[in-house]
Amino acid sequence: MGEKKIIDGRGSFCPGPLMELIAVLKMSQIGDELEVLSNDKGSAKDIPEWVRKVGHEYVSTREEAGVWHITVRKTK
Amino acid sequence: MAVERICVVVVSGTRERLQMAAMVASVAAVSGIEVTIFLSMNAVPYFVKGASVAPSNEGDFGNLLVTKKAPDFKTLFRQAVELGDAKILPCSMALDIAGIETDTLESYLGEPTGLTSFLDAARGAQIWTF
Repeated sequence: MGEKKIIDGRGSFCPGPLMELIAVLKMSQIGDELEVLSNDKGSAKDIPEWVRKVGHEYVSTREEAGVWHITVRKTK
Repeated sequence: MAVERICVVVVSGTRERLQMAAMVASVAAVSGIEVTIFLSMNAVPYFVKGASVAPSNEGDFGNLLVTKKAPDFKTLFRQAVELGDAKILPCSMALDIAGIETDTLESYLGEPTGLTSFLDAARGAQIWTF
């Protein structure tokens, strides 16, 4: 079971939250679960696309009070 | 499968174009695309260490980029190199004309490059110009 990490990308705009996710992914272990918080609607669409493209596991997206929680698992 | 490659040529010194160039370069670089960025003309002075001059915002959207605190274009270019292995090559002609010494440039920039070498690197790649 990997570690769970929260990346607070609130207040940033595309591609800021994505780049913050990638910086943390690089330092994470396979199996770690990363949850990005973002109030940027573009990032909520773009991050899952990027995750699928590069081959990590996209877990889920949910929206709460204007904040998207996008969860990704490192697979490689 | 052949590696996908793009070259991003940046000659503008205005914020909207610098921002779009940085966005394209950084997202491509972290998406498995080989990215070479060629900096020339008005774009070069912003990459001198400690440069205090801010680019002209150009239009209304440039103003919004500042007031809404969009990611800074220099941060995105640096992340393209650090997170995605992009190369940023300053144009040797632009450095000569502007009188900028190589050792005054940001450390994440590569070696000054002439057009012959750049065109060689760009062969077969998509080229985006800003």
